[in-house]
Amino acid sequence: MKYEDAVATYDPALGIEVHVELGTATKMFDDAPNTFGGSANENTTPTSLGLPGALPVVNRMAIEYAIRIGLALGCQIAESCRFARKNYFYPDLAKNFQTSQADEPIAFDGSIDVELEDGTIVPVAIERAHMEEDAGKNTHVGGASGRIHGADHSLVDYNRAGVPLVEIVTHPITGVGDRAPEVAAAYVRTLRDIFRALGVSEARMEQGNVRADINVSLRKDADAPLGTRTETKNVNSFRSIDRAVRYEIARQAEILDQGGAIVQETRHFHESDGSTSSGRPKSDADDYRYFPEPDLVPVAPSRDWVEEIRAGLPELPAARRRRLLDDWGISELEIRDIINAGLLDPVEATVVAGATPDAARKWWMGEIARVAKQREVEADGLATPANVAELQQLIDDGKLNDKLARKVLAGVVEGRGTPSQVMEADGLQIVEDTGALEAAVDEAIAANPDVVEKIRGGKMQAVGALMGPIMKATRGQADAGTAREMILARING
Amino acid sequence: MADAAAITAGQVEHLAELARIAMTSEELEKTAGDLNEILANVARVAEVATDDVPATSHPIPLTNVLRDDVVGSPLTAEQALSGAPASEDGKFLVPQILGED
Amino acid sequence: MSQDLTRLTAAQLADGMRAGEYTSTDVTRAHLDRIEATDDVIGSFISVTPDVALATAADVDRRRAAGEDLHPFAGVPVSLKDVVVTAGIRTTAGSKMLEDWVPPYDATVYTKIKAAGLPVLGKTNMDEFAMGSTTEHSAFGPTRNPWDTTTVPGGSSGGAASSAAAFQAPLAVGTDTGGSVRQPAAFTGTVGVKPTYGSVSRYGIVAMASSLDQVGPLGRTVADAAALHQLMAGHDQRDSTSLSDGVPDFLAAVEAGARDGSLQGKRLGTIRELSADDYDEGVRAAFVSALELARKAGAEVVEVDMPSLRYALDAYYLIMPSEASSNLARYDGMRFGLRAEPETGPVTAETVMSTTRAAGFGAEVKRRILLGTYALSAGYYDAYYGSAQKVRTLVQRDLAAAFEKADVLVSPTAPTTALPFGVENDDDPMALYLGDAATIPANLAGIPGMSLPAGLANGMPVGFQLLAPAREDARLYEVGSAIEALVTDAAGAPLWAGVPTDYAAESATTSA
Repeated sequence: MKYEDAVATYDPALGIEVHVELGTATKMFDDAPNTFGGSANENTTPTSLGLPGALPVVNRMAIEYAIRIGLALGCQIAESCRFARKNYFYPDLAKNFQTSQADEPIAFDGSIDVELEDGTIVPVAIERAHMEEDAGKNTHVGGASGRIHGADHSLVDYNRAGVPLVEIVTHPITGVGDRAPEVAAAYVRTLRDIFRALGVSEARMEQGNVRADINVSLRKDADAPLGTRTETKNVNSFRSIDRAVRYEIARQAEILDQGGAIVQETRHFHESDGSTSSGRPKSDADDYRYFPEPDLVPVAPSRDWVEEIRAGLPELPAARRRRLLDDWGISELEIRDIINAGLLDPVEATVVAGATPDAARKWWMGEIARVAKQREVEADGLATPANVAELQQLIDDGKLNDKLARKVLAGVVEGRGTPSQVMEADGLQIVEDTGALEAAVDEAIAANPDVVEKIRGGKMQAVGALMGPIMKATRGQADAGTAREMILARING
Repeated sequence: MADAAAITAGQVEHLAELARIAMTSEELEKTAGDLNEILANVARVAEVATDDVPATSHPIPLTNVLRDDVVGSPLTAEQALSGAPASEDGKFLVPQILGED
Repeated sequence: MSQDLTRLTAAQLADGMRAGEYTSTDVTRAHLDRIEATDDVIGSFISVTPDVALATAADVDRRRAAGEDLHPFAGVPVSLKDVVVTAGIRTTAGSKMLEDWVPPYDATVYTKIKAAGLPVLGKTNMDEFAMGSTTEHSAFGPTRNPWDTTTVPGGSSGGAASSAAAFQAPLAVGTDTGGSVRQPAAFTGTVGVKPTYGSVSRYGIVAMASSLDQVGPLGRTVADAAALHQLMAGHDQRDSTSLSDGVPDFLAAVEAGARDGSLQGKRLGTIRELSADDYDEGVRAAFVSALELARKAGAEVVEVDMPSLRYALDAYYLIMPSEASSNLARYDGMRFGLRAEPETGPVTAETVMSTTRAAGFGAEVKRRILLGTYALSAGYYDAYYGSAQKVRTLVQRDLAAAFEKADVLVSPTAPTTALPFGVENDDDPMALYLGDAATIPANLAGIPGMSLPAGLANGMPVGFQLLAPAREDARLYEVGSAIEALVTDAAGAPLWAGVPTDYAAESATTSA
């Protein structure tokens, strides 16, 4: 069934579970490094490996990060909460139970406003944000394309086992109709921006720092009880989230239209064609036998600590974006591009350092981003906001033109000093010695009588034809405006 | 609760699946009998576990035992793998996984 | 050397080494020789570690000769129950599952024992994963009780207790989840202590039931148990349930108790619900006579109520298997330990896990795992695990009220003396469970308990149990040392001195 027909007939409801890996130095329950890359199984301790006798101890910073997230989502922070064991067997789960929080989440009852591209605000109610640990990583060997099916065996790396996670669960999101796919993607994008602003995670979707499970159900109308839902696991980009929701709505509508029933199950999303396929049905096997983790004691964040964390929260992305849109007068699209490039911080700092928003954006999103991409490094590591502001100032002062400024920037990127220092050292400043410029102008006029004729005849754009030889003679250091004035004075004067 | 319906061998089979223990039908039968006998006794706990009694999960009440976020000394990969029944490329080698996540 | 160093207490050995009468190497060799001579029959050890022990002894001797400041008990050998994780030394927990597991890390207890310079003689036998009270449920064969090798040493720390009783080790580390240190101490005429929960770190102790397990010392005297407890106790950042209060001076408490009149005015509470009917006549008689000695020495005997007691046992047999079912999930043949493949059908992670767990766990372990799985499962949690946790609250309340009336609670440790092999009958899974009635409340409530010899019944040792409020472990050592002195004086010699020491002739008569 076509999506448009599906949403014309049915009212979709969403439920979204987002896992975010916290960027702490160590794991949730042990002091192994919380870092990726490097060799397999080099970031484990007896605890993250689930060896006999090993015990967990809670990472204070992980608790603080979880509280930050809870507060940013408008949640209440539990007076006291306990961890629980979620028991199930899986080779990447070292202890064969996941230490999580069951009915005592650290944060609950929150809400955030999700802003869609056209400025529509959708409030999303947060049921809870709870803490848990990540599992190890399986690599399937021997099957086609590394997928689980058909593999001969699997290899397990426990470097990720025990990495702190916060899982954020929404209440059902209803009443969004045909905008459900857009809302789902925008919600996760909003969370991603919040995580980054809070400094609790790098929140890179492509690295799996943020993973979303999307529940979708349909009902005939808004008054009917919620329909049976499916849960599409591990959807890892905003576009995929949009597509997955769209696909699920159309798929379920078709089944319902034919008088069928939705099977409650987990489903997998396929990047290749945007479809989802059946995983396993919910069943008795989901009897996780939760019980309070006896090896950990309750966490009871003092109200003083919570308030201290609240006071230290940074400005949240939605508020910041509104403020910058007002202050800078740039478009929604432009600021979204800056945010997506991860460059809002340096751009804003550059404006604070004195550049105009346009100039700051132009440098960071243009030349610096280009060099960063070429070198495969982070743009904000190439230059400081102060450098960029200074560079722009040199242009505004007439000491550099755009072309020279790019040369200066290259020197700055190479670590050769501030823009002024590089400019001085390389002699890149615009030539103000009118003698040299006059000579170059005279030479150009003498060598191009035909062009001079045209100018005399009123074809002012012919001046451009003289600029090349002049710039060449001055090694690009001539100020184009001055040269132009000089030519006109000579010819028409 | 003491007269709760007896556990059947079928239920034990389900428990054995949850607990990942392969059992013969004889073992299932015998275990069902054992569990019924034990449960007939221990189910008495429900008699006194009234709503007004709070649960105790930890014998000595402590709270907020937290660790600073400082890296310690992890195991080397060699140590981590030292007890592995099988390994390959510095990873634990496990049989093919049929169930999926 | 004319003196048999294995007959000395840990305190005497420490004094003798300090005085230069003999070296740690002498002491360690004597115990290794004793193990060599007797362990074929007694079976205290799963692994004997002479190289490790002698290396430590030599190091202590060298440091002592160099005038270094050593721990007071440096050089005194010790045995470790095979749940203590020891890097480089196989650690089995009495299970086929871990038959060949050599850990890559150390338990905190082992770290402390090494730091204090105690030579580790070996790893002692136990019921598989500490599940049992006879040590018959070991994958490595039974341990015999040196008092009568046709009987069990108790359990699950049976190897630890027999190693101390048979003069194989002056000190032994055990663990106690429902009486696993105290009951074997009672059966073998030794002293065993279950400290306050959190007194000794559990980091690196193969877990059975996390909220009940506690490491405890065994020795032949109260003073030796106190010394080992002192050495092992203290806050550990790797154990979230470890107590952060300072460690009391247990040895000072022992000395205080040994002074004349120390029992004057001490209130010893007997528990009404642990009535005489529940004990063998000989056990009751030995207990009553030891209590009478205390009364004559000035103690006041009061009776206290524990209405929750009958439910305590039930709660224990829900909480213990529930936690164990989860703690033992990690034994799946994927990362360490046994891996077994199915003989038929597909070889997948799932089937290998199931086959491994079927092959690696004994019947008792499987039974408890399934019971725990049931008690935690959806629809039953509230009735079973949830209710059991509430009973735990009731037990704590009863004990708090009892300790208003009494300084310590007293009872026989176990209803019988050591039983012959094979009494624990697979057809009656509740039979031996009931033997734990006196010891279990301490684990549920986290309070400390001690078993020390009360005397003999039909030539077999009887245990006298003391319980104290949480964090009042020192009270056990004070009262225990007083009662120990009274019982020793009345008998004319310490009980342990009467244990048979030559087992060769008897070995043929046992068939367990």
